[in-house]
Amino acid sequence: MVRDRLVAWVLAAVLLVVAAPGYAQTYDDALTKFAADSFNETEAGIAGVAASGNARAIDVIEALSDQRLLFDPATKKIYIREKSGRVLDASTGTEASAPADVKTVRLNNRMRRAVEAALGGLTLLSADSGKRYEAAQAVFKSRDAAALPALDAAIAKETSASLKRALIEARAAVVLYKSDAREADRIDAVAIIKARGDQDALALLAGLPADAPPAVKRAASDGVAAIQSQLAMWAGVQNAWYGVSLGSVLLLAAIGLAITFGVMGVINMAHGEMVMIGAYVTFVVQETIRAYNPGLFDYSLLFAVPLAFMVSGAIGILIERGIIRFLYGRPLETLLATWGLSLILQQAVRTMFGPTNREVGNPSWMSGAFEIGQITITYNRLWIVVFCLSVFAGLLALLRFTRIGLEMRAVTQNRPMAAAMGIRTSRVDALTFGLGSGIAGIAGVALSQIDNVSPNLGQSYIIDSFLVVVFGGVGNLWGTLVGAFTLGIANKFLEPFAGAVLGKIAILVLIILFIQKRPRGLFALKGRAVEA
Amino acid sequence: MNGLLIRSLDRGATIFLVIVAAVGILVPALNLLLPPDSPFHVPTYLVALFGKYVCYALLALSIDLIWGYCGILSLGHGAFFALGGYAMGMYLMRQIGSRGVYANPILPDFMVFLNYKELPFFWYGFQSFPYALLMVVLVPGLLAFVFGWFAFRSRVTGVYLSIITQAMTFALMLGFFRNNFGFGGNNGLTDFKDILGFNVQAQGTRAALFAASCAALAIGFIICRAVVTSKFGKVLIAIRDAESRTRFLGYRVESYKLFVFTLSACMAGVAGALYVPQVGIINPGEFAPGNSIEAVIWVAVGGRGTLTGAVLGAVLVNYAKTTFTSGTLVPFWVFGVVAIAALAAVVMNVASKRDALNGAAAGLAIAFMAALLLLIPQMSASATLAPVLSNWPFLVAILFVLVAMGMSWHPWPLGAVFGALTLAFFSTPFATVALAPYWLFALGGLFVIVTLLMPRGIVGTIEYLWSERRARRDSAAAESAATVARPAE
Repeated sequence: MVRDRLVAWVLAAVLLVVAAPGYAQTYDDALTKFAADSFNETEAGIAGVAASGNARAIDVIEALSDQRLLFDPATKKIYIREKSGRVLDASTGTEASAPADVKTVRLNNRMRRAVEAALGGLTLLSADSGKRYEAAQAVFKSRDAAALPALDAAIAKETSASLKRALIEARAAVVLYKSDAREADRIDAVAIIKARGDQDALALLAGLPADAPPAVKRAASDGVAAIQSQLAMWAGVQNAWYGVSLGSVLLLAAIGLAITFGVMGVINMAHGEMVMIGAYVTFVVQETIRAYNPGLFDYSLLFAVPLAFMVSGAIGILIERGIIRFLYGRPLETLLATWGLSLILQQAVRTMFGPTNREVGNPSWMSGAFEIGQITITYNRLWIVVFCLSVFAGLLALLRFTRIGLEMRAVTQNRPMAAAMGIRTSRVDALTFGLGSGIAGIAGVALSQIDNVSPNLGQSYIIDSFLVVVFGGVGNLWGTLVGAFTLGIANKFLEPFAGAVLGKIAILVLIILFIQKRPRGLFALKGRAVEA
Repeated sequence: MNGLLIRSLDRGATIFLVIVAAVGILVPALNLLLPPDSPFHVPTYLVALFGKYVCYALLALSIDLIWGYCGILSLGHGAFFALGGYAMGMYLMRQIGSRGVYANPILPDFMVFLNYKELPFFWYGFQSFPYALLMVVLVPGLLAFVFGWFAFRSRVTGVYLSIITQAMTFALMLGFFRNNFGFGGNNGLTDFKDILGFNVQAQGTRAALFAASCAALAIGFIICRAVVTSKFGKVLIAIRDAESRTRFLGYRVESYKLFVFTLSACMAGVAGALYVPQVGIINPGEFAPGNSIEAVIWVAVGGRGTLTGAVLGAVLVNYAKTTFTSGTLVPFWVFGVVAIAALAAVVMNVASKRDALNGAAAGLAIAFMAALLLLIPQMSASATLAPVLSNWPFLVAILFVLVAMGMSWHPWPLGAVFGALTLAFFSTPFATVALAPYWLFALGGLFVIVTLLMPRGIVGTIEYLWSERRARRDSAAAESAATVARPAE
């Protein structure tokens, strides 16, 4: 409390120095203008209070902007109602009991701008660095010439580099729009704003008044061009990031399919439902944790990942043993049977959990976002990219370094020979299918964080995942990786030109044409295995 | 030409055509000529429902032509069906004229709503019926030709082809869902008034549309038979069974496939065009990949590569769907007729075996048939009993068919499983629970069961059993002839 008061006094002193002595009105004179109940008088009051340099000026203007400034029509006294409900006398700052017939000082839109500008000027010297930053931004937008002295004082005093830059930019904005400023200063201002390089800077430079000198105008139009090319670059980076994000989702959905379809050659139309089951496992885990131990909620995904893998994997093994093993070598029949299975699984989930979306929450470490340059990256998207790449790496390692991975590769490459070497091929088939389905379940855990968990979750991914696998090349996990990211990025780069739906159609058409050209995908298997 | 027709119509095909013609004449006649309170009257809503089945049957026929005889599994045939439907829908929209909500003489309602200033160029000409008919065939045909030209020339086969056909219909669905595509967005085309100057809702128009659908089905069937029984058809079957070998023998495989794929797409387009005026709406949902796959299962249930099986499968599965989603909708005497036909077949089949058990079954069947014939008029009289009774003759008939099949079917548990499932299937109208949620279980189960246990389908299995029995009989005859011949040596 004492510290606050001290700061207020220091501020007041600074403001007194800054405020030119030409402003003759005192604080109290300005205050009485609020009681006139006229918009013009109120506006004069705002200017007067802001210029008075009084320590309570900020409180008064803030109260005005929040409709908490009251006046008594009879005595012309002004009161501030604090947020706590306490009423203060605006001129003395002491607690007062307001008469019953006080009225609120009214505002219109023109005056709101004046209020913002005044607040910007006043809070530029606030002790709170967040407030100073906000004030700098407010001045940058309002370009109020009256804030110039406060800005200069603030710039001289500011120690933080980033805040100082914001203040200098705000000052440049004011100078640029001040018609009586020197031409050289205004050209310098253009350079400062150009360096800022965002949408606001662009609007500022493009909206330069027509009466500006030609040299300033030329500098501004150069600045506009430079900012536009910079913004285009950032838009490209943003699209690339969105594309990587979409690609990681596609990869997660397709990676299990790359095993069942790519490695085993089984068309599993129920693959999307394995993803959906993984998402519902997440839902069940979160509900259990909410019910029994809410403190563990942040770790819910750590429980959900292995559980989803096991549930989806077990269902996958059941499907393989129960249906698919009778259909090896009959791909079209497999396609139909697994489609039927997907209908059954969807309907079963719909019967158990209801047809509506279920809510799956984000743990705290997955919510929120941070900014790099001009783009915003959300944590959940970032984690999904990381997660997807680690699943991919784990799968590659499993296939490359473990016994079961070796057996899987052996069976894929030459089934009779693998059997002759003592590998139980039917067991390997079941485990491979289980692995593919389990990974689909893991994908479901990740997708539950960014998509609606409903019985139709899987269906929306199945066509895309098949296209990724076919595009990347059957039987090659690297092909799936490249395919997923290519499709994701291409999709996001097409969207700005063609719109979301047309972009998607264009991708589908391009893939259809691509398959004509390279029927076996980007990374086609060569040799005898192709015809088998 | 004459020779081709005679060759293509064997006994089974002729019977099929007679049945289609009989249904095509009888149903409209029973609807139009009998008073509504007659037990044999067919209500108008049923005429529209049956008409829908017939259109589905034509779609199934077109799929069977390419899948059953050429091994092309298209998962995008619903797209051709829907395109034909849209062509017809555009004609019907233009016929509304100034009777729409916004009363614009040129622009359909949705265009006025979406601020179109003038008709998009691709809507020109659709006020003329012959032009619309041309487009019904031409648009799906052209798409299939272009698509097939690319796909078959670069030798995209098997599941790859299936997946890209599915992607094709998915892309079309996304496109047609857009408002600025010019086809009414997600509402599609609806609120039709006239077709050729007749009200589409009217009883007479519905009957005529039904008859036209049956005629289209019969013509489509004759075309398919003509194709598959010709030398061309033999090459198609060769492509289905050994594509590379056929190519090495010097046939241009891609041209054969392209022709039959395009023909099939045109047939699907016609089916869609007949479907739209009877259902009264066409929207982008028809492009959904699920619809196309469902159509494939009709063919699988009936029996791929049999043509009649495709039709049977389409009607059976869709009847089951109607039963599940909205209860029985078919008057009981239809079951009676089906039951009598089925029983007649069983009796003829079983009686020819000449042993005690079969004889008893045949006797029971004959007695039941007689009872049924006597009972039909009485049953219809009772209003409370009619809904319950509506199914039982058919059920019992099915039971008999199954007993007979179980006896002649070699791995008999298969017959029993099939019997139990069918029984459960058709007895569902008796259950008091709401069935709609279980339809997808049933449909999904159908996919699995048909592919696992009955890959030949219904008609295919019957044909297989038939030919096996004949082979057994022939070999038995040859054996006895040999034993007779030996003493003479």
